[in-house]
Amino acid sequence: MSALVPPQGVWWKQPLDRVEGTWIVIAFVWCLIMFFMMPYWHVFGKQNLSNEAYRTTPEMFQAKTQAMVDKFKVREETDLKIPVVAPPPGSDVYIIARLWSWWPMVELQEGKTYRLHLASMDWLHGFSLQPENINIQVHPGYEHVLTVTPTRAGTYSIICNEYCGINHHTMASRLYVVKAK
Amino acid sequence: MMAVNRLFRTCPSTGLVYHEAAEKLIRWNAVAGVVSLLVGGILALLVTLTRWPAVHLLPADWFYLVLTAHGLDMLVFWIIFFEIAVLYFAAAVLLKCRLATPRIAWVAFWLMILGAIINNVAVFRGDSSVMFTSYAPMGAHPAFYLGLILFAVGALVACFVFFGTLVIAKSERTYTGSVPLVTFGAVTAAIIAVFTIASGAIILIPTFLWSLGLVAHIDSLMYRTVWWAFGHSSQQINVAAHVSVWYAIAGVVFGAKPMSEKVSRTAFFLYICFLQLASAHHLLADPGLTSNWKIFNTSYAMYLAVLASMVHGLTVPGAIEVAQREKGYNRGLFEWLRKAPWSHPSFSAMFLSLIGFGFLGGISGVMMGTEQLNLIIHNTIYVPGHFHATVVIGTTLAFMGLTYFLIPTLFRREMMFPGMAKWQPYVFGLGMMSFSLFMMGAGTLGVPRRHWDMTFAGNALGYEFPGTAYLMMGIMGISGIAAIIGGIMYLLITVGSVFLGKKIATPDFKYVAAKDGVAPKPAPQPAFGASGHGASIGMAGFVAPGTFVLALVFLTSFILYYFVNWKYLSTVWPLS
Repeated sequence: MSALVPPQGVWWKQPLDRVEGTWIVIAFVWCLIMFFMMPYWHVFGKQNLSNEAYRTTPEMFQAKTQAMVDKFKVREETDLKIPVVAPPPGSDVYIIARLWSWWPMVELQEGKTYRLHLASMDWLHGFSLQPENINIQVHPGYEHVLTVTPTRAGTYSIICNEYCGINHHTMASRLYVVKAK
Repeated sequence: MMAVNRLFRTCPSTGLVYHEAAEKLIRWNAVAGVVSLLVGGILALLVTLTRWPAVHLLPADWFYLVLTAHGLDMLVFWIIFFEIAVLYFAAAVLLKCRLATPRIAWVAFWLMILGAIINNVAVFRGDSSVMFTSYAPMGAHPAFYLGLILFAVGALVACFVFFGTLVIAKSERTYTGSVPLVTFGAVTAAIIAVFTIASGAIILIPTFLWSLGLVAHIDSLMYRTVWWAFGHSSQQINVAAHVSVWYAIAGVVFGAKPMSEKVSRTAFFLYICFLQLASAHHLLADPGLTSNWKIFNTSYAMYLAVLASMVHGLTVPGAIEVAQREKGYNRGLFEWLRKAPWSHPSFSAMFLSLIGFGFLGGISGVMMGTEQLNLIIHNTIYVPGHFHATVVIGTTLAFMGLTYFLIPTLFRREMMFPGMAKWQPYVFGLGMMSFSLFMMGAGTLGVPRRHWDMTFAGNALGYEFPGTAYLMMGIMGISGIAAIIGGIMYLLITVGSVFLGKKIATPDFKYVAAKDGVAPKPAPQPAFGASGHGASIGMAGFVAPGTFVLALVFLTSFILYYFVNWKYLSTVWPLS
């Protein structure tokens, strides 16, 4: 009678209704299209998250970042004297996520490609680049290497969008993109 | 031999048969759920008033504490207590059977109560503001994990009481043939629950030991991978449960019979096979997992779980359409819908739940679950926008609709404030739809979730969000207040009716001490002789043409929105 009582007779032999049958076929085709879009974008799309990642430790990652800062620092900003680094196109760029800051700030060139390394020193953090709205999870113990090509010059913000404790909302930094020299 | 309570009561208005012990357990679990909803609702108000930028009520430490407690009280305690009530209802009442081992069911209940209290105490002490997800290596007080573990053990025991009741019903032949579709859906929910709780144990027990200092290290990626096998699957319990409730309400209000048992049951079966493992879509922005792993595990190559929800989304209103057309509302495409009882709160709650779950929750869920699209959504406030559409509009609103049915038949009270009840699903449902929609809008502009201050006040490096983001967060705040008013209406009606409503007497019923053989075993139920729907209804060979048109509207929105997101993705910085 209704869905509240046992079905009568041999219900698994009842023929499929036309409404349901048609809908199932349409919906299934749509599900397949949605699946194929993902591999398709890996081949033809330009925005795919890198699969390159390594195990690391806070000490190792800190050392590599420090080496980059020593080599490519161009200035310091804010009262905290946060270094701004401008590594050459094609090079490795390191950004540390830690409670509750990003370090250092980087200056990239428009249209050039960089290998961006992200890792956390402590808890989980969220790399959220605004206003591009690119969002990537940052783990402690994992060094994530992304190949990234900034397309427009400007001042961008990196905010944390993975809750990381009481001062989570203060964790923000900048990323500069300048016209290619 | 132990005394078996065989005391039953037949509800005079619905004909449902209640086992005494089952009835009491269903009531207590439902009440515990509603109490959690009350606590979670007060916290919801505080969260909303803080994230509404113009109000920004709480200080940061209280905001993170209250947000943690809100997530747990709503997503875990309210929903699971109510789900246990639904499970007992689907087994004992719908199968006209006695509940297996009521004493163990009470142990389960009190374990859940104890766990919920311990967990809440841990959060309100102030040293466990780790959010619902409690991502290691951020640690909470050991009592936080202990409370969750006790609650989960209680819920697991309750699932086995449910399975035991199915076994008894079969052996005492309280029904013939197959279980009703609603019970089948409840079985789906319970099976997913067992998988979910096992995953929870695998991650929460080591984390508990870690919080005590007995385990040295919890890897953050391992934690997220296993935790989401628990965290996401628990949402699939909700989906299976609220879809069952949709079918139940369609049956109660319209006498609607499933269009095809085969299709609906297969769709539930797809949930078991393909939903509970699909927690991979929470890990799409994480390092250390390959794209192949992500793509396969988020979709199993075919999105069969999405297919299952799209099937239920058609068959529930389809069944209603067929029932209405058979009653004579057979003109045009939508007479059946226009003539539906829009002032019946069970129906309006169920229908808004279905629409909101499909259009807002379902479509946005697939966006987030697409590997590349996740990049422009991950951890923005789009995510809570999505799950407020699935869990609040989908699950909570469906449960609210069921409550209006249960008040007279289960609690045996006349519903108080029936005039307010007519409006409640609209205030709550439409408020929540707007709330979810504007959260998603703000998310596409990058507003982060779980964030105390989007203005970055006093921060030299803060980001200035566009004015539109503030506007959307403001509308979100106002819509949230509307939804909370709807929630208060629900609580007034239910609490008022249950404690103060006029009692409804059941003829020839009085409580007697439970002894073996107080009542005879119930006689086997004859199968219902219902007629199939004839060819005389519908149009162009379609029995439910209106529903089919609605489904095509849904599909069109889905396709357009899907490709709009790809278009948007194509404009962001190239990444590889």
